[in-house]
Amino acid sequence: MSSALSREDVAHLASLARISLSEDELDRLGAELPAILDHVAAVQGVVESAGEDVAPMSHPVPVANVMREDVVRPGLTPDEALSGAPASEEQRFLVPKILGEE
Amino acid sequence: MSDLTRLGAAELAEKLAGGEVTSVDVTRAHLERIGEVDSRLHAFLHVGEESAMATAADVDARRAAGEDVPTLAGVPVAVKDLINTTDQPTTAGSRMLEGWVPPYDATVVARLRAAGLPILGKTNLDEFAMGSSNEHSAYGPTRNPWDTDRIPGGSSGGSAAAVASHEAPLALGTDTGGSIRQPGAMTGVVGMKPTYGGVSRYGVVAMASSLDQVGPMARSVLDAALLHEVVAGHDPLDSTSIDAPVPDVVAAARRGDVSGLKIGIVRELGGEGFQPGVQAAFDGAVEQLAQAGAEVVEVACPSFRHGIAAYYLVMPSEVSSNLARFDAMRYGLRVSPEGVPDPSAEQVMSASRDAGFGDEVKRRIVLGTYALSSGYYDAYYGSAQKVRTLIARDFAAAFEQVDVLVSPTAPTTAWRLGEKSDDPLAMYLEDVCTIPANLAGVPGLSLPVGLADDTGLPVGVQFLAPALADDRVYNVAAALERLVAAPVLEEVR
Repeated sequence: MSSALSREDVAHLASLARISLSEDELDRLGAELPAILDHVAAVQGVVESAGEDVAPMSHPVPVANVMREDVVRPGLTPDEALSGAPASEEQRFLVPKILGEE
Repeated sequence: MSDLTRLGAAELAEKLAGGEVTSVDVTRAHLERIGEVDSRLHAFLHVGEESAMATAADVDARRAAGEDVPTLAGVPVAVKDLINTTDQPTTAGSRMLEGWVPPYDATVVARLRAAGLPILGKTNLDEFAMGSSNEHSAYGPTRNPWDTDRIPGGSSGGSAAAVASHEAPLALGTDTGGSIRQPGAMTGVVGMKPTYGGVSRYGVVAMASSLDQVGPMARSVLDAALLHEVVAGHDPLDSTSIDAPVPDVVAAARRGDVSGLKIGIVRELGGEGFQPGVQAAFDGAVEQLAQAGAEVVEVACPSFRHGIAAYYLVMPSEVSSNLARFDAMRYGLRVSPEGVPDPSAEQVMSASRDAGFGDEVKRRIVLGTYALSSGYYDAYYGSAQKVRTLIARDFAAAFEQVDVLVSPTAPTTAWRLGEKSDDPLAMYLEDVCTIPANLAGVPGLSLPVGLADDTGLPVGVQFLAPALADDRVYNVAAALERLVAAPVLEEVR
């Protein structure tokens, strides 16, 4: 697979990740990422040359669905939960508008 | 340097228990040491003098009243600033969390408090633990006490420099791809990454959740084991925490006996590309182990050479997902985009993430977003997960032949600040020896074995053992520690 990544591709990825990169940053990442991708793309060849269907490993410890008893336990108070909020009102996080105003 | 800051944690614990010294004296001596040298090192982002002295006074009072207190009660510790503390800021080395004081303690911090260890302060790190040099800290780099023109390693470089320079006898770090072991090697201190799941990650700012582990740093193997024992063990607040007894690492560190043990040199982690002075120090250390009665053989782990490629897909993928939580809505930095009247939440989010994250963090988020994106997922993230399986298989096969694996901790000694800053890939390649342990979840310890004959800087040797056999690396490291001349830093230079 070609790991060619255009400046437009980088801009698209940054917008997916919700980071408004500057023009300079787009230039720099556009120049840096292909070399990194060329290196990491080696994993495809490694898997192909393994000559079998290798199971993917997402995690070193095979645990799943760790549950606890459904009982009330102490948690953060509203003031504690809001203590780092950039803005709050009436025990809620205050956020900028999330819908357009057409 | 005061006599109290020359002592290790075990020695301090003994003197405290015997009533020879007080924790107030010990803690004050370390705070004074920080005041003396930290302007040159920048190992600390925050010094918690008031809370540390309060803990020290409390422990002294309890001891004076005849109360039975834990072994390390009164011995001060430094904590990497990636780990939540309710009485000190937790910045993760990022502008995104500048001044943030968490509303809850990490489990490891709660355990330090319960064991009576005064927390001296929060140590510097690469932003969100992403880096191998500490140069990616948003607050400026930490410097290596062996040569302040050089990097201390990363990302737990602040913890490493603090311990090496006698600002603290103990420190906690975190290790995602080598971030405890590599700075340990670069600064001549012991650094241990426990088995994945051995220590709780609750309250630790997440970088790559399937790789991150908290672990101890100290100037001796026994000191590291004592701190390991305090923080390890099952935590119901971390769903990946292992519900099994903690291996007796302290007994292993006291034992230090390799007779009859089989030790495997990892063939792929040495030779070409390794600094001659590092290789020579490593070869000398292995020779010492053989003379002490260990059977040393060479072991092939062919998939290890693909560890970096797999890691730099798995880790950024998890980073891109984990760091989505920094959305400028609930906590952390919020800035509005310039020249946009009445911006939307999404515009504020994007502007805040641009302003709050540094270059390396953005690089990894974008890389991870790419690796996880539709059409590329199988080729990149999927393949990386399969290589991870191959690496775990190499470990399993190796541990059928030998008890412990050994390699250099890093291919070079500490480099100069700025030397690799313009080449991210060159920096990534420094992690070649440490990454396999994170991918497979096995424990790894770096032991300082002396100074390289070509650079005069500390060299570390890494021991690896099967998951849950953390005691095995402590045992072997303790044995070697007695045989090699550990590098001793007389003064910051």
